[in-house]
Amino acid sequence: MEIHEYQAKQLLGEFGVNIPPGGLAYSPEQAVYRASELGGSRWVVKAQIYSGGRGKAGGIKVCGDSHEIWDASESLLGRRLVTVQTGPAGKPIYRLYVEPAFNILSEKYFGLVLDRSRECIVAVGSAEGGMDIEELAESRPDAIIRTEIEPAVGMQMFQAKRLAYQIGFDAQDTGQAANIFLRAYRAFRDLDATMLEINPLAVTAEGGVLALDAKMTFDDNALFRHSMISEFRDKSQEDPNEMEAADRGLSYVGLEGNIGCIVNGAGLAMATMDIIKLRGGEPANFMDIGGGASPSRVAKAFRLVLSDPKVKAILVNIFAGINRCDWVAEGVIEAVRRFEPGIPVVVRLSGTNMDEGLRMIRESGLQIQSTDTLDGAVKAAVESISEKG
Amino acid sequence: MAILINRDTPILVQGFTGKIATFHSTEMIDYGSNIVGGVTPGKGGTRHLERPVFNSVHDAVSETGAEASIIFVPPAFAADSIMEAVDGGIQLCVAITDGIPAQDMLRVKRYMRRVKKERRMLLIGPNCAGVISPGKSMLGIMPGHIYKAGSIGIVSRSGTLGYEAAYQLKQVGAGVSTSVGIGGDPINGSSFRDHLERFEQDNETRVVLMIGEIGGPQEIEAAKFCRENMSKPVIGYIAGLTAPKGRRMGHAGAIVNTAGESAREKVEMLKENNVTIVPSPAQFAETVLSAAGSLAT
Repeated sequence: MEIHEYQAKQLLGEFGVNIPPGGLAYSPEQAVYRASELGGSRWVVKAQIYSGGRGKAGGIKVCGDSHEIWDASESLLGRRLVTVQTGPAGKPIYRLYVEPAFNILSEKYFGLVLDRSRECIVAVGSAEGGMDIEELAESRPDAIIRTEIEPAVGMQMFQAKRLAYQIGFDAQDTGQAANIFLRAYRAFRDLDATMLEINPLAVTAEGGVLALDAKMTFDDNALFRHSMISEFRDKSQEDPNEMEAADRGLSYVGLEGNIGCIVNGAGLAMATMDIIKLRGGEPANFMDIGGGASPSRVAKAFRLVLSDPKVKAILVNIFAGINRCDWVAEGVIEAVRRFEPGIPVVVRLSGTNMDEGLRMIRESGLQIQSTDTLDGAVKAAVESISEKG
Repeated sequence: MAILINRDTPILVQGFTGKIATFHSTEMIDYGSNIVGGVTPGKGGTRHLERPVFNSVHDAVSETGAEASIIFVPPAFAADSIMEAVDGGIQLCVAITDGIPAQDMLRVKRYMRRVKKERRMLLIGPNCAGVISPGKSMLGIMPGHIYKAGSIGIVSRSGTLGYEAAYQLKQVGAGVSTSVGIGGDPINGSSFRDHLERFEQDNETRVVLMIGEIGGPQEIEAAKFCRENMSKPVIGYIAGLTAPKGRRMGHAGAIVNTAGESAREKVEMLKENNVTIVPSPAQFAETVLSAAGSLAT
């Protein structure tokens, strides 16, 4: 799960990380008032969306007076910001965060990630703050320092200090930087984060070492013990179909193609997308309806796939192991009767009670093509679209 | 032979009396697995499915001599159950549970390292289908009837894709020595490499099919292992060629974050290391058979 910058800063602040003061605004009035509360003579107005790369995309504006703050806020609010990470649709801006502008003496990068090959949390630092870390990893891998953290004892002070020296903090700033690393690590560990980025971690003329930007993502599997993080969820930033799917216990990712997929099992769902592409088609979505595909779940999956206007054919691919094909067939027949899709529906059933399931579909009198082979089903789905042109 | 489990392997079910555990325990018993009892804290001393229930793994192991366990405990408590299995002396543990927090798994793996390597418990999963040695024993949730006994080893991250492969093989008359589902989580107990190593040593296994997907480093590690250590033919498939970067595809671990994690890169790496690639998921059986020649059945 992702959260906004201001929320990440709030969490990190609670763990003792140095963060700048700031205020949230939903309107130009609020932004101007927030700036007057903060005082000073220069501010930054930052669009709050679930994406990095906001600065380059024009989502962060430096302002010198209240008129500039008003204009900046008005131009940002309600618009969709397209960054290198959002895709062409962008993300809508409904919230702004106003902070004082600092005089930056130097910028560093600090991050924490869950490293799958080392099977531990790894702290990542670089003297090249403000850069995109992935770009840096490719162009200058030597500029990135990694420190493995032993899961049993956590990050140690010597590791934090060493990292601070390695990424070029002066002797006088090292203590502050090391403490920020340790506190950020505690936040990461205690809140079950999967990624944390402070970029830049800046040495400022006014406020010492400060986390000027912060990004955190959390482990969905651990949200059961962090209801407070669930409260941060901003549904405006999520894809409505994916959200609806998650609420219904389905796993869905929207794609650009036109063949809607309904599959049981994540691996089989990915493989189904791949074989559609191999056969010259384009999948409209990834969907895993899970192992126990009850008729009501199949119906929900149909409704979701049909709500995507790009979808021109539906491919249902079920390998019934513990599940039964006749049960899935019942769900498919029910859904087609109820929603009358008006587009070709191809069903592949294989495994337990396959013959019974296929017979039910054939005898339903509905316009459903059925088969027991993966290749046959995909071919039929792809051809059903090309025939229509 | 097969790997990991045999007819006699004494099995304990952790979270035995729950609804899902009851369903799958019944399936396993019907298949012929040697289930000797189960653990549900607070229900020790009672009986379930005509087998004894214990309050702790320690009690169960000392009473039944169980060597393997299978975990159906809810995600919030599953990491604790895995560590209990380690401490209770279980040698092989299959964690079925989907949804265990990743940082819990970091601690579990650290805890497992307390035991010397020679005696360390082998963990399979979590979020996996388990293990089956067809005709011998089933320690998992797969439909037993789609597997025919034979000489093809299968190791797969995905459950359903492993089923698809086994079923295609059965339809052409080819059988499986053992099939292992290693699970779809980012931090898991054992890797492709761990099981390739066992298949290489198993005299019943003649070829190995490995089914990977996007995300994580384990397919790349396995590719390198194949070149250096596998004398038996390895056939590979990677799901997710069409998956966009940075999006999670169902499994918690199926996400491309860094270099080397995409399906394309993994396929290239496997090819470079003498692994035959299954071109389409509809061609598991034909690829395995042609790569293995007359060896397969």
